Amino acid sequence: MKKIYRIFVLAAIVAAAFALGFITLTTGTRPILAAGPAEKLASSNEVRIDNFSFGPTTLSIPVGATITWTNHDDVPHVIASDDKLFKSNALDTDDRFSFTFTKPGTYNYYCAMHPKMTAKIVVQ
Amino acid sequence: MADIIRDNINKDGIDRRGFLQCMAWAGTGVLYTVHGGILKSLTLAPGGQYGDRMSEMKEADFSFIQISDSHIGFNKDANPDVTATLQIAIDRINSAATPPDFLLHTGDISQLSKPSEFDTAQQILKGAKAGKIFFVPGEHDVLTDDGLQYLNRFGKDTKGQGWYSFDHKGAHFIGLVNVMNLKAGGLGSLGPDQLKWLEDDVRNLKSSTPVIVFAHIPLWMVYPDWGWGTDDSEQALGYLRRFGSVSVLNGHIHQIMQKVEGNVTFHTALSTAFPQPAPGTAPSPGPMKVPADQLRSVLGITHVNYIQGQHSLAVVDSTLA
Repeated sequence: MKKIYRIFVLAAIVAAAFALGFITLTTGTRPILAAGPAEKLASSNEVRIDNFSFGPTTLSIPVGATITWTNHDDVPHVIASDDKLFKSNALDTDDRFSFTFTKPGTYNYYCAMHPKMTAKIVVQ
Repeated sequence: MADIIRDNINKDGIDRRGFLQCMAWAGTGVLYTVHGGILKSLTLAPGGQYGDRMSEMKEADFSFIQISDSHIGFNKDANPDVTATLQIAIDRINSAATPPDFLLHTGDISQLSKPSEFDTAQQILKGAKAGKIFFVPGEHDVLTDDGLQYLNRFGKDTKGQGWYSFDHKGAHFIGLVNVMNLKAGGLGSLGPDQLKWLEDDVRNLKSSTPVIVFAHIPLWMVYPDWGWGTDDSEQALGYLRRFGSVSVLNGHIHQIMQKVEGNVTFHTALSTAFPQPAPGTAPSPGPMKVPADQLRSVLGITHVNYIQGQHSLAVVDSTLA
């Protein structure tokens, strides 16, 4: 009987914590309900660097859009366009680089430190 | 144990058997001697035959030590204190009964080419009991000013973007730069200017001159998928094939690998900072985390003994464990 009582008390504490906002169910670090349309738009202009790869490898964007690259690796990377239009500094872990594309075209780019890493931005 | 590449389906210079042998050495150290291109190797268990073998090497005409990939400034899980492990490597060098004539550092001195990282590295390396330290840059050392900072600190009196040669007790040493102006989709690159210089540099040397080449990225196709090779290395090696003994020492891949091709022996050194995975065994070549108490067993230095007359070069990899 004592045991059942204890479980009840525990459940009550957890329920109270939810009600008071001490515990929030999350995906990653963001609360579920916070993922609105603005955030989705932002993520479509982002390129992730993971495991020595750009993702996505081809990204289509409208003229005037700004792309942001974020390095999630434990090693630095340098983003450089084949035509030398843009080149980042060395991006350490979690560092970002942004570039705004003002003219239509296909922009091939690579990592100047690890040139096997290649991808492209298509501006329409 | 003679190591001859028997199968080479991928044209990468490694057969499966040879590859596993290389991997078996990591963490134990290996001694191998080269006589006219035939390689003999002996795995050195910690606390085992190393001391005996080293005493055999006392007859060497001279010795030098290769140190590589210090990555000063790196502070991630794979090694939060790369400064300490570089210091341990230098302490090992200084504890040798016979000091080496000089050190070769095969690049990636720093993590991000920051002045503070170079300062720290120079401060520690200054404590090495060795006549001189010769450098070649890694791609981490030339991230600013097209490598000008590297040249000012480590590459004075070099040619072009940092290449040079020197002679020591009858052997010809060549330091090459293959981390600059890398092309999209490509590998390491020497470039036409450096190749032309190399051709001229060795033109008047006798074929009996032992040649030792050192560069950061391997000058053989270790694993192109991970960028572990140099696009125009074949052209460079073409200028060296007439020599009776060519040794190529590289870093970059943070693990011991070797290959013999005619009179040319290729060897890669351990890092003093962190290990990297064997080719194809991980999603990427990024730093490999090992349990903290095992870290020093996958870091190390390379001791090279040269015995004149026999055209014999003995290479001993030893870990920091």
